[in-house]
Amino acid sequence: MRDVRVAGAGLTAFGHVPERTSRDLFAEASIAAFEDSGVPREDVEALLYGNFMGELSEHQGHHGPLMAEAAGVQAPATRYESACASSGTAVRDAVMRIRNGEADVVLVGGAERMTNLGTAGATEALAIAADDLWEVRAGMTFPGAYALMAQAYFSEYGGGHEDLAHVAVKNHENALSNEKAQYQSAIEVDDVLEAPPVSEPLGLYDSCPISDGAAAVVLVSDEYAAERDLDAPVSISGTGQGGDRMALHDREFLARSPAAREAGEEAYADAGIDADDVDVAEVHDCFTIAEVLAIEALDVAPIGEGISAARDGRTTADGDTPVNLSGGLKAKGHPVGATGASQIAELSALLAGDHPNSEFVADATTGVAHNAGGTVASATVHVLEVDR
Amino acid sequence: MSDDETEVQDAGFDEWLDAAEADAAYALECPDGHGSLPPRRVCPDCGATDLEETSLPDAGEIETFTVTHVPTPAFEEDAPYATAIARFGPVRLTGQVVGVDLEDVETGLEVELEITVSETTGERVLGFGPV
Ligand SMILES: [Zn+2]
Repeated sequence: MRDVRVAGAGLTAFGHVPERTSRDLFAEASIAAFEDSGVPREDVEALLYGNFMGELSEHQGHHGPLMAEAAGVQAPATRYESACASSGTAVRDAVMRIRNGEADVVLVGGAERMTNLGTAGATEALAIAADDLWEVRAGMTFPGAYALMAQAYFSEYGGGHEDLAHVAVKNHENALSNEKAQYQSAIEVDDVLEAPPVSEPLGLYDSCPISDGAAAVVLVSDEYAAERDLDAPVSISGTGQGGDRMALHDREFLARSPAAREAGEEAYADAGIDADDVDVAEVHDCFTIAEVLAIEALDVAPIGEGISAARDGRTTADGDTPVNLSGGLKAKGHPVGATGASQIAELSALLAGDHPNSEFVADATTGVAHNAGGTVASATVHVLEVDR
Repeated sequence: MSDDETEVQDAGFDEWLDAAEADAAYALECPDGHGSLPPRRVCPDCGATDLEETSLPDAGEIETFTVTHVPTPAFEEDAPYATAIARFGPVRLTGQVVGVDLEDVETGLEVELEITVSETTGERVLGFGPV
């Protein structure tokens, strides 16, 4: 099987730019990715592109060819839609195409335009990742669904809002040096506890912001990287995907993410690693409770102990396994279709020593990226390893 | 429900709401006893296609809940409101908790189905009221 290498990556700043179209955002990210990679555009054999709410936010479907045009790529292009895991699934398919020899160079990425919808419009658009008949029509929102999981977690395993607050504080702290992050501001536990409630127990500071942004990654085969003498020390050595029932109430567990566990186990086995080998993780923390569920699903923390990991310093920058050194979705921002690819970009930079927070993982060889869709009815996990 | 005869109904779902309003809510059950909600032709657990309607028990129990302050536009005038997941026999349901103060909603609370309406849109909403 052929190794897959990250040749280059590009991100726009994530944030509030309601006037910018997703084609403009993706053009910027792809220009940066091509410059970073040294790969000529004409070598790209496919564009795999993640986007969730383009029909609602900019009356635009059929994003694939539009984004190939925006990136200046003459290649067939396909849009991937798996809610907030859209570009995670795109990355997974890009990896598989390169591995099985169908392509040597794939451009993978995603973008989302969200802030032009306003808070109410974005809340409505995000809610369609849930079951319309049985969840949305009962008044469930996306934060509401995670709040249901948080409350179920507290009942089952203990912990409380103050524990969750430490997750938000940690991720804001990590984002301070990330110039692409939406929030580069430190917060304290009390700020989280005193913030306006969104869906109890989750408040404004437990929630990722509504964001605009794009991410692009140039993936290449090992052979291509060697032939071109590319500087590409990071490989994607494992990929996995898991699924679960659409509606939260139809799941066996209300306070666990079996789809993420399935994806993680598959990715670990694929890479030939154990959870113990994971030095650093970028996980899908759309809400503080989501990070807790994610690190438990990935066996970075035992079931029932993820809640205290940030508070106890196990997942902070100087902890055993730093989680979300980029700032995570919480502070970096969450333009949903771009998130999975942006995690690959951040983790790759962290491992390669090109990230402002690389100093915290100077000896790290193995990282894991976890991208979740909806209330984790979809999940992808990727293992990244760096040549040392 | 709308009086407009031309309004399209969601087959399976609207019938279920009608049944629930008539105190005849049901789940679908396969020969192996897996419960699920309509509209559905195939058991999501085992793939069986011979699904039968089975009555839901009169009372259910809240397993988790939240109070939502930032709603979708369809519930703008309803907020803040409580949403819960409650178990009724072979299935769980997501619904809006009505007829009880928000601060009194709790896990373990015994509830019955109560089809209510959104104050914002007038559309029917699956709800839970205290027994
Ligand atoms: Zn069955």
